[in-house]
Amino acid sequence: MIEIQNVSKWYGDFHVLKDCSSRVDKGEVVVVCGPSGSGKSTLIKCVNGLEPFQEGTISVDGTSVGDPATNLPELRSHIGMVFQNFELFPHISVNDNIGLAQIKVLGRSQDEANARSMELLERVGLADQADKYPAQLSGGQQQRVAIARALAMDPIAMLFDEPTSALDPEMINEVLDVMVELAQEGMTMMVVTHEMGFAGKVAHRVIFMDEGRIEEDATKDDFFGTTRGDRAQLFLSKILSH
Amino acid sequence: MTSGFDWQVIVKNLPFLWTGMQTTLLLTVLAISGGIVGGTILALCRLSKFSVLSWFGGSYVNFFRSMPLILVIFWFYFLVPIVLGRPVGGFYSVLIAFILFEAAYYCEIIRAGIASVGRGQVYAAQAVGLNYFQIMRYIILPQAFRNMVPILLTQGIILFQDTSLVYVVGLHDFLVTADIVANRDVRLIEMYSTVAVVYFVMCLLGSLGVRRLQRKYAL
Repeated sequence: MIEIQNVSKWYGDFHVLKDCSSRVDKGEVVVVCGPSGSGKSTLIKCVNGLEPFQEGTISVDGTSVGDPATNLPELRSHIGMVFQNFELFPHISVNDNIGLAQIKVLGRSQDEANARSMELLERVGLADQADKYPAQLSGGQQQRVAIARALAMDPIAMLFDEPTSALDPEMINEVLDVMVELAQEGMTMMVVTHEMGFAGKVAHRVIFMDEGRIEEDATKDDFFGTTRGDRAQLFLSKILSH
Repeated sequence: MTSGFDWQVIVKNLPFLWTGMQTTLLLTVLAISGGIVGGTILALCRLSKFSVLSWFGGSYVNFFRSMPLILVIFWFYFLVPIVLGRPVGGFYSVLIAFILFEAAYYCEIIRAGIASVGRGQVYAAQAVGLNYFQIMRYIILPQAFRNMVPILLTQGIILFQDTSLVYVVGLHDFLVTADIVANRDVRLIEMYSTVAVVYFVMCLLGSLGVRRLQRKYAL
């Protein structure tokens, strides 16, 4: 589904991604972790072309992301993405946040879009918030709306860029619950997160990144077992110790 | 002859003053609208990744910002008839001059407004598959204009007052009609005071109206 081959990226002289290769198969959940500044958010933004990269190839469902001939808006409309800071559109209602791209990109009617939006809001437990504005919701609620907004496009894969990092601790679980449910339904997911509990529960594979390189790319059992390298071990011991 | 403040001269000439005010208001509204549309297009050019467009936007702004408004008004008054081969009348030549001149200032305001909307909003809009124009139309510009309201108001007020410069091409705006009455009836104090009060009240009303709008559409 998602194939990342020898991807390198520079910001000016700064080499953010160094020869990264990995893949996410259909129905697979892959967790990407690593210390901050390791390039994991940049890597996931390359997958749907939000960030350009200079070397290597990424293809999603057979379409090359870096190819100038690729219709990126069209490709992105099939890939859901959830951001660390939610990035709901603050000037329109929750219902319109979920409906806008359904109408403008997928060409659904207002009624079809409303019906689908409501279905998804019920699913994330926010059916009664449809007419509110994003600023009237808590962080956890906003992130669940953001997930609904991505799902409204009927994506073939979902990308999560640190979806719980900006949340207060008591709101993290309400978001993770939605993500676990999605994973269990067989959604193809690439998730940048430090939530190792989530990884332990639903991930098939875990990728560990450090200084722009993919240092570990292992099945969940191997990753949490004994076969990982020193750097990943040190990172894990730091985030799991309390 | 001019002893005492003569209220009658104001009342008597209200219909005439109103014809001048209509010109002032029409010019202001059309110039603001045209300036904002032109300024938005110029701002998108300046921010474009295509160097020809950003060069054009930058040069346009730098050029018009270095010209005195009154010179631009003169130019178009004498130039447009030559280009078109027929007279267009003072009003239209002045309107074109104002729109083109103001567009340069609005461009800079709108460019800053667009920059005030976070990069994350662009990412989020791109991620759901919206194209460049949809992102601008539905996501970025609506937020940018909300952020820009106070400075757009300031620019609007400046423009409202600058319309009085049209006297140089003989157009009868509010100030000119008042000036005609003042000199004809030798009631300078009455008329110039009236003009001052009217400008003040209109700008105040404008500010209050915008403040209400701003509260209604606050993010």
